[in-house]
Amino acid sequence: MAKALLKVPKTARKGEIITLSALFSHPMETGHRRDAEGQAVPRDIIALFTCQYDGMEIFRAELHPAISAYPMMQFTTVATVSGPITFTWTDEVGKSWKETTDITVAG
Amino acid sequence: MTKPPLLLDRRCVLVTLAGTAMFASVGPARAETADMEAAIKAFTKGAPVTRGKVKIDISPLVENGNSASIGVFVDHPQTAQAFVRKIALFNEKNPQPEVAVFHLNPRSGTSRVDTRIRLATTQQLAAVAELSDGTYWSDSQEVIITIAACLEE
Repeated sequence: MAKALLKVPKTARKGEIITLSALFSHPMETGHRRDAEGQAVPRDIIALFTCQYDGMEIFRAELHPAISAYPMMQFTTVATVSGPITFTWTDEVGKSWKETTDITVAG
Repeated sequence: MTKPPLLLDRRCVLVTLAGTAMFASVGPARAETADMEAAIKAFTKGAPVTRGKVKIDISPLVENGNSASIGVFVDHPQTAQAFVRKIALFNEKNPQPEVAVFHLNPRSGTSRVDTRIRLATTQQLAAVAELSDGTYWSDSQEVIITIAACLEE
């Protein structure tokens, strides 16, 4: 199963403002919870989410434990060129996951 | 004589106890208004913040504090000359006052960002935007929670 669920339009006109949405399968464990045995559940969160498109970082989010499990980010960008849009999630120990989708921009 | 019916079922009591115990024994002291103000000051590096331009879009009554949909936007152009550079979200009474910081740029097109957050209890939320001219603007919103985030299994 894919770790991420992306909502990106397949096509757009050049200059159009498009909405991108990315949901990532991660518990965003706060470190404040105990499990059924009473043991503290260690903190494990996605601390950084970025989106790259057309040669630059178009969106960056620094996340804290107040972000829900299965972190969802929705934001906008201006469609400029056809090509890949890459989403990256990084946790606090530096492990990262990437997902890429392509967009076709006409005009 | 018959016994009066139980007012609370077993699960309800257990869940309530678990929630109380989490904040009482595991969690650090909840962030309070002063902590939120300190976090905002750290974000603005002490610069003055004016109320206005920013809008928090959240239902005033949130049923599930584990996952509350929230949107934030700034009434300001998003062009190369003038744009919203950052929007930070803060809360008053979760264990930590910071929620997220969003970095935008002229290619964002709009300053609208949506996400889902945890809310431990009924409290104030604040959003602070940093514009490209270096000024800071804010909005705050009271949210009532009916099922708190700390009751998560």
